[in-house]
Amino acid sequence: MDGDVELDVDGRSRTLRVDSRTTLLDALREGLGVTSVKKGCDHGQCGSCTVLLGGRRVVTCLTFAIAHDGATVTTAEGLGAGGRPHPVQEAFVERDAFQCGFCTPGQVCSAVGMLAEARDGRPSAVTDDLTGPVELSDDEVRERMSGNLCRCGAYGNIVDAIQDVAR
Amino acid sequence: MIPFDYHRATDVAGAVATADAREAVFLAGGTNLVDRMKLGVTSPDVVVDIGGLALDGVEELPDGGLRIGATARNSDLAAHPVVLRDYPVLARALLSGASGQLRNLATTGGNLLQRTRCSYFQDVSTPCNKREPGTGCSAIGGYNRQHAVLGASEQCVATHPSDMAVAMAALDARVVVRGPAGERVVPLVDLHRLPGDEPDRDTVLTRADLITAVDLPPLPDGTRSLYRKVRDRASFAFALVSVAVVLRVDGGVVRDVRVALGGVAHKPWRARRAEEVLLGSPAEEEVFRRAADAELAAARPLPDNGFKVPLVRNTLVSALRDLSLGER
Ligand SMILES: Cc1cc2nc3c(=O)[nH]c(=O)nc-3n(C[C@H](O)[C@H](O)[C@H](O)COP(=O)(O)OP(=O)(O)OC[C@H]3O[C@@H](n4cnc5c(N)ncnc54)[C@H](O)[C@@H]3O)c2cc1C
Ligand code: SF4
Ligand code: FES
Ligand code: FES
Repeated sequence: MDGDVELDVDGRSRTLRVDSRTTLLDALREGLGVTSVKKGCDHGQCGSCTVLLGGRRVVTCLTFAIAHDGATVTTAEGLGAGGRPHPVQEAFVERDAFQCGFCTPGQVCSAVGMLAEARDGRPSAVTDDLTGPVELSDDEVRERMSGNLCRCGAYGNIVDAIQDVAR
Repeated sequence: MIPFDYHRATDVAGAVATADAREAVFLAGGTNLVDRMKLGVTSPDVVVDIGGLALDGVEELPDGGLRIGATARNSDLAAHPVVLRDYPVLARALLSGASGQLRNLATTGGNLLQRTRCSYFQDVSTPCNKREPGTGCSAIGGYNRQHAVLGASEQCVATHPSDMAVAMAALDARVVVRGPAGERVVPLVDLHRLPGDEPDRDTVLTRADLITAVDLPPLPDGTRSLYRKVRDRASFAFALVSVAVVLRVDGGVVRDVRVALGGVAHKPWRARRAEEVLLGSPAEEEVFRRAADAELAAARPLPDNGFKVPLVRNTLVSALRDLSLGER
């Protein structure tokens, strides 16, 4: 079964016709040519397909595009503003927080979403006091970013880059 | 993936009627369903999207309990002020499950009804009684490190993968279900089945039964709770074993206790035998050990998962100790 889906992708309104089986990931990559969204595992296990959906970080490989008519999607391509990269992206460059770069678009989208969650005072699995204020220790950043794998093992610098923005 | 029709439901009755009429599945966050459809494990004629049903609220009930909507996201539930204050066992279970970007999609109903992560169940090239009744169980005699030590059958030794459901089992949650014959309430501990001779049936629900909410009863003052999960890596992994404890100690004596275990059975395992030993007894290490041993007397480990028995024992004893000493 086919259906029409209208999406706001990185500030541009896009309409496309999708088979009901098409994931949001494939719709973005194959349908709209937004190839910064990466397909790593296609099963929710690696985080490389992470975008902001309605401002919240999600994986796009386990959700059907047809279910997201009218949604707003921000990918790593659309994070920056005014011709400048997003502060998280700048910090990744500054800190050398990648090697091959394949996981990086997902990492930066996830980091932007994660920082907003922490600002909202949402605890994580390693937060001692569930009702207290959230302080982003390195352990907190690692736990909150555990849905993004990096085969190159750039984790140390990824934590540093995120901390530069968090502080 | 086999082609399917997509139907976005606009009301609960319509969703149930559509699912009743055809070979349907409900779609919530999709994080388990879409995965299974990609693997060819699940092949519906029609997918009924319940995302538009406005079932995502979390409200306090007049009795002091909490009603959790079926499509409330796991991340939002884990951040809800009442959950953080009154039901830390639930917040911790949710936060220990999956990843941030999965929890933003995953819902209450979907989390309860996610299916086993048994690798043979997920691999359509291998025999599996749960996927294809009568073909045999590849895990018995195969690789069974992740599998059940309690309540399994000759037909299936799978475990239920949810963390959230284990916490809810310890909280005496009630599941509100709307089916073709109307609404009913199923105690969470009775929602999931043991495999028996019908391992293809995970729960007591039928195809057109829609979970609309989960209700948590209020907890008496002075109750403490915690969730402890043991896994192969520090984060983003399913439980090897997990323990949910809800405990009230007064004057050094256990006045109220509910224990549920995860990663050990086909369902969230309510540890009634342990509770019997604990209730009315002094909150002491020796009692905690006896309670754990009483529950685990029925354990029947498989060749690869014998480690789960001492792991459950030690995790449960340490959880009871920390909770009675007033730790988180
Ligand atoms: C990589 C990865 C790691 C994970 N790690 C963990 C973990 O550590 N701990 C853990 O607990 N979980 C884990 N999960 C599982 C995750 O929590 C579940 O996939 C999620 O909770 C399912 O919710 P959903 O809304 O996406 O369900 P869906 O995928 O939409 O649905 C799941 C099932 O429930 C049915 N369903 C959904 N809602 C209803 C309803 N209201 N009424 C009736 N039927 C319904 C659907 O038909 C389907 O069969 C992991 C998942 C992935 C992909
Ligand atoms: S344990 Fe259950 S799910 Fe796994 S192969 Fe055996 S029958 Fe299938
Ligand atoms: S491609 Fe989506 S999580 Fe790996
Ligand atoms: S930079 Fe290569 S996978 Fe992360």
